[in-house]
Amino acid sequence: MSVVADSAALPADSTDMVSVRAVHKVFGHGHDAVHVLKGVDLDVARGEVTVILGPSGSGKSTLLRCINELEEITGGTVVVGGDLMGYRQDAKGTLHRLHPKAVAKQRSRIGMVFQRFHLFPHMTALENVMEAPVQVRGLSKKAAKQRALELIERVGLSDRMDHYPAQLSGGQQQRVAIARALAMDPELMLFDEPTSALDPELVGEVLSVMQDLARSGMTMIVVTHEIGFAREVADHVVFMDDGVIVESGPPAEVLDTPKEERTRNFLSHVL
Amino acid sequence: MGDVTTQTNASGSDPVPNRIHARPVPRPGRLVAAAVVLVLAAMAANALITNDNFRWDVVWLYLRDVVVIRGVTWTLVLTFASMAIAVVLAVTLAMMRRSDNPVMRWVSWLWIWFFRGTPIYTQLIFWGLLGVLYPRLSLGIPFGPEFFTFRTEDVITAFWAALLGLAFNESAYLAEIVRAGLTSVDPGQTEAAKALGMKDGKIMRRVVLPQAMRVIVPPTGNETISMLKTTSLVVAVPLTLELTYGTSAIGNRIFLPVPLLVVAALWYLLITSILMVGQHYLEQYYGRGFGTATGRRGRGKGPGGKQAAIAAAGTVQEDVNREVTP
Repeated sequence: MSVVADSAALPADSTDMVSVRAVHKVFGHGHDAVHVLKGVDLDVARGEVTVILGPSGSGKSTLLRCINELEEITGGTVVVGGDLMGYRQDAKGTLHRLHPKAVAKQRSRIGMVFQRFHLFPHMTALENVMEAPVQVRGLSKKAAKQRALELIERVGLSDRMDHYPAQLSGGQQQRVAIARALAMDPELMLFDEPTSALDPELVGEVLSVMQDLARSGMTMIVVTHEIGFAREVADHVVFMDDGVIVESGPPAEVLDTPKEERTRNFLSHVL
Repeated sequence: MGDVTTQTNASGSDPVPNRIHARPVPRPGRLVAAAVVLVLAAMAANALITNDNFRWDVVWLYLRDVVVIRGVTWTLVLTFASMAIAVVLAVTLAMMRRSDNPVMRWVSWLWIWFFRGTPIYTQLIFWGLLGVLYPRLSLGIPFGPEFFTFRTEDVITAFWAALLGLAFNESAYLAEIVRAGLTSVDPGQTEAAKALGMKDGKIMRRVVLPQAMRVIVPPTGNETISMLKTTSLVVAVPLTLELTYGTSAIGNRIFLPVPLLVVAALWYLLITSILMVGQHYLEQYYGRGFGTATGRRGRGKGPGGKQAAIAAAGTVQEDVNREVTP
């Protein structure tokens, strides 16, 4: 409860794209309740790439899903681009749940890429990328198509744009999924283990698209097990375990000279 | 096949130099079984064609009778109109079943429970009795004032009673089919659409329903075929214009009931055959992108779960004759 009261102590630093404060997430009720996030604080500056590492079950995917409201947080605050996610705070500090339409609008500014791609199987690659701009933004089909063609070229799939997802390799599907998220011109991109479902030889093509994206100045939060990517691309590395952030800092610090025993232990297993 | 192999061998261009030319396993049982079945089929055909009791001349004559053709038309009107109403109701009921609102869930459950739990024949009788049970229908506030009032028999004619009776009953079955279809869609699809900022209604229309259709269409085609014959029960209302009643009335009048039953059976068979072709094309359309054998473009693994996996595995043949008509 004190967590909610803390939220009055907003607003976030204006240079921060994302500001997560004391976030708790509990799934279920009573005896079945599972406390997945136990007070997480995370700041991501505009244009910065943050990589979240951690063993499975540490809550890193849940944290990502809480940032774009796919999961409703149990306590704390999530602020993206200066907007409190999911709630409106009145003058007395009372929180009011936002209408689903308003939540949808908040989400539309955040792109998300999933481990299992989740492309729409009944639409071609091009139609997948055009879908949200037309249906959410009300863009004309022509304008959406033009933009979609640019994005599909950017991820190197111009020759595959008329294929259905089932006819694409995993790496190609994930690149289409990235283009689909970019089509909404997001301020922030979330990647939830984007290469974990890929065959080893296909990981590189997806990582290189993400690296280009980072270079272009996109703010990104990436949950991954690719330590090499973290070392090369990340501005910040965050190590999570058991629902809390154990350690965070520049990649050289966290990956090469970790202070915490748990971080060292984890890294010795993945490296 | 053998010809091709020898040809390529002769020209020395067979990419498999040591191609195996083995004798197949002898299976005398297959020939015997085929012979037995063919003889039985011939006997059945013979029994049908040569039996004078069927009076094929009468069958042929009445197959094109005006009353019969009119009966076919009414049967088709009842089938398609009631299915159309039932589909709209079923989608609504299925959405209500998934609603956050417990009242919606309950009402939907109650509707399905009632219309699935009572015989269609009984329901149709009650629809016919509506004018007797409720001579006046009115629109107003329960226990309060009435705004419009009309005589039931002016509004609910025998046709409408039959149509609504068939549609309401069918909607209960279809609702379960739609619900199964909606739950068959990977929840990741809804999440991906949500993450793009799509609203619930759009997600349903653009993402979930088109994928659910793959699961919904085959059993709905089956239900349509079933409905075609269920229309013969509207005599309970009574509505006496459709095919079964029309033909049996003629049969009774000319004292030749059997050939007229055959006439009706042949018409039902013909319409069912046409429906099966239509269903084939519908399934092809909604199977696109899913790697079903009949998909418009290509095959492969879709995220569609069981159906797609079954199709990709190729263990189940997908063809027009797959549906079994009850």
